[in-house]
Amino acid sequence: MRTPLGEHPGTSPGALAAGALVLAFLLLFFVLPVGRVFITAFLDSDGSFTLGHFSAFFNQGLMREAFFNSLYVAVMAAVFAALIAVPLAYFTVRFEFRGALLIQTLGVLPLIMPPFVGAVALQLIFGRSGSINLLLQQHLGFSLPIMEGLNGVVFVEAIHYFPFILMNLTVALRNIDGAMEEAAQNLGCTGWRLFWRVVFPLAAPGFVAGASLVFVKVFDDLGTPLVMGQTNLLAPQAYLRITQVGLEDPLGYVISVIMIAFSIGAMALSALSLKGRDYSTLQKGGGSLQRRRLSAWAGVAAYGWIVAVLLLTLSPHIGVLLLSFAKVWSFSPLPDAYTLAHYATVFADSSGMVKNTLLYCGLAAGLDVVLGVSIAYLMLRTRLPARQWLDWIATASLAVPGIVLAIGYLRVFKGVTLPGTDVLLTSTWVMIMLAYAVRRLPYALRSCVAALQQLHVNLEEAAHSLGATRLRTVRRVVLPLMGGGILAGFVTSFITAAVELSATILLVSADSQAPMSYGIYLYMQSIAGRGPGAALGVLAIGVVALGTWLSHRVVDRSARMTQPMKASP
Amino acid sequence: MKKVSVQCRNVRLAYGSTPVLKDVSLDIQPGEFFALLGPSGSGKSTLLRLVAGFNRQQHGQVLVDGRDIGGLPPWQRNVGMVFQNYALWPHMTVWDNVAFGLVERKVAKPTLQTRVAAALDLVGLGALAQRRPSQLSGGQQQRVALARTIVIEPQVLLLDEPLSNLDKTLRVQMRQELLAMQRRLGLTTIFVTHDQEEAMTTADRMAVLDHGVVQQVGTPTALYDTPANTFVAGFVGTMNMLPAQRLAAAAGLLRCSVDGVGDFELPPPAQDSGAGALLLSFRPHALQVAAADIEASQRSPQCLWLRGLVEASEFLGEVTRYRVRVGPHALAVDHPHRAGHPLHAPGSSVQLGLDLAQLRLLNA
Repeated sequence: MRTPLGEHPGTSPGALAAGALVLAFLLLFFVLPVGRVFITAFLDSDGSFTLGHFSAFFNQGLMREAFFNSLYVAVMAAVFAALIAVPLAYFTVRFEFRGALLIQTLGVLPLIMPPFVGAVALQLIFGRSGSINLLLQQHLGFSLPIMEGLNGVVFVEAIHYFPFILMNLTVALRNIDGAMEEAAQNLGCTGWRLFWRVVFPLAAPGFVAGASLVFVKVFDDLGTPLVMGQTNLLAPQAYLRITQVGLEDPLGYVISVIMIAFSIGAMALSALSLKGRDYSTLQKGGGSLQRRRLSAWAGVAAYGWIVAVLLLTLSPHIGVLLLSFAKVWSFSPLPDAYTLAHYATVFADSSGMVKNTLLYCGLAAGLDVVLGVSIAYLMLRTRLPARQWLDWIATASLAVPGIVLAIGYLRVFKGVTLPGTDVLLTSTWVMIMLAYAVRRLPYALRSCVAALQQLHVNLEEAAHSLGATRLRTVRRVVLPLMGGGILAGFVTSFITAAVELSATILLVSADSQAPMSYGIYLYMQSIAGRGPGAALGVLAIGVVALGTWLSHRVVDRSARMTQPMKASP
Repeated sequence: MKKVSVQCRNVRLAYGSTPVLKDVSLDIQPGEFFALLGPSGSGKSTLLRLVAGFNRQQHGQVLVDGRDIGGLPPWQRNVGMVFQNYALWPHMTVWDNVAFGLVERKVAKPTLQTRVAAALDLVGLGALAQRRPSQLSGGQQQRVALARTIVIEPQVLLLDEPLSNLDKTLRVQMRQELLAMQRRLGLTTIFVTHDQEEAMTTADRMAVLDHGVVQQVGTPTALYDTPANTFVAGFVGTMNMLPAQRLAAAAGLLRCSVDGVGDFELPPPAQDSGAGALLLSFRPHALQVAAADIEASQRSPQCLWLRGLVEASEFLGEVTRYRVRVGPHALAVDHPHRAGHPLHAPGSSVQLGLDLAQLRLLNA
């Protein structure tokens, strides 16, 4: 890697100090808590090493079942997500039709709502006595058990997480140089053989990346199974163990270690299968795959498929919206009467929650951006020893489920009081905010790294040669040009933190600390609370959608701003 | 192997309302190494892709061996194409890349192995068969792309700027290898390039394209010596072009006068209408340079001698290229360089000898 700027930039005291601060934060609030969880899982009550907790785990029928249930749900969710996403990705890239924009929009829609909110709405639409089954029963005399048991969880998770495959695969397909396909045609290859021998292998890395992400997300998800009453999965079991048996129960730690191991395993597997396969073959001046026109019948079929998927992915949103306005909604396809009362309730009761969300997520995202810019700069522009480790540690938090981090916090900071007071650290909202910051750091970091990578070193060298010091250059050249990326990182961290439940649920120690995500969860616990819960959900969706839209606009604009500088002719 | 001809007849193609090829007709002989030369946007790559089947003309025909191939999809044409960026599949080894076309043709395994090995030997890469394309240098990738194409024994070989991604020394070497291979296989080859040197050094004949129109077709020397118009004159090599006034026509010759230079009697341009503006054209090496104080008796008598002022000089090694102001004109002049001969400094006065045998008239 090119490391410019001066002779010994790595040893400059500023870089050293920044590196040390970042490292201290990561150690204290990430490595230490997670490490503590690991150690506890392997320690006997007398402090000696043991594998006894693990054998105890696998000797319990309930735990074994939870383990295999989690595997089943995660694998099946990835399979179903792929079934939805692969045709959509292929349509957008291959064919010339207006549905492409629709698909792009559809690709982000599910992500702007926490999956556990969607679960309630889907229950009302696809559940045993939901709209669809009521209609089926009335007119055709049978019903579909889509939302029953584990398959219900699979269904909800697949609908929520398929965009990960869609987005990764679309990018991968777009990055295939059209000449790759033409060369194959030139040598006599066409149709399905062309797809299987050339197009799909070239896009496979994108597919694997997306599918493994779905697997990890589903494997670690706590909120959805809890809301759906499916507690015999690993994450809910860990939660129940810690909250009901207590912080000392070793099985909670064993489950945590297993979840981390599977997350790391899935990511390592995907990284391994992608190693040395940077297949993005699109070159300067090259065009991507040639688009084809759809025949009339194929067009009808494609639109039909897209509309069906769009309806499916929108059904949680529609359901939540209906629910938030519904006076009574049970055993009928649509609500019987409508009201604004739920919103009134929410505004009366929950303004504190909205405020908490804004406060925690704002601070967490701000912290992420500061950390992200620092790590990106140290990594790409200095020769600080072991600078790569900062990136690796920060990124590793992707593999740590929220509940595991929360358990680690409760364990490590047990009994620690705020300096000068008797207030327990674990009883303050600071813990929630820090958990958000650590868990969303990878998103902000990737945005910042990408922004800095696109910034040509010459721009900084030019500033140096005109007399600007390193710090001045960062302030006057680097930060302004990274602005779009930084803001995108902030927004991504913010909106994903706003829908975080799994760490929140353990770390909230008083109702006054609850953010919106926890509030929705609480409301959804009771039938009477569903209406206000849905109303709060709609507000949350609004906040997240607004943030997503804003970040898209900003990124687009900053991309356009830097574009003319690259264009050469 | 049978050598085949390639013909384009009145080919027209437009992307939307933008015409890209306007009534292109070409006749490429069996076994010929034919270059399509033109600036970017001239339509030369489009024409090549048309022969390969990746573009469809709206009008006209493309014939290979006298047979219209317009209705055939790319995979039935048996026309081999080497792409500008090689388009090697990164998920396959070198061997699998080269074997690809034979697998598609369901060639039996023993034959396939012999042919792939032979193709790799032909390009000198037999030892690297199990490597991935990303582990090869640019020149090696180029050879794999070539092997992958010729292994299917195409009737016609299409090369889309095949050397543009190589560095300069490698380019010269690959150029010679390409030509040697083409001669050995006797394969009708069409070669697209924007580099006139590349086209002139390799091609049997070449076509110069501009704005979708074939400007001239001929051997490299013919195009260089007798360019049909100002575009070809300026694109193939460097040409001095001075506006000339028509005076009178007599006995197949045209009398004309060039402001500040003199009067000339020359054959008229090929398709002269008898009216319209003319240009007197000559190459930079049609001019000799002599110091301002050289006596008339010491100067070459076949030349018309002019006085000029050196404005700039570029030392190129074999020659020094001067820009010399003569009256209202700035002339490019190439002067052969010999060790020990000092250059004429900018600002110095010189005499220029214009070789009368090297003058041509062009329509402006």
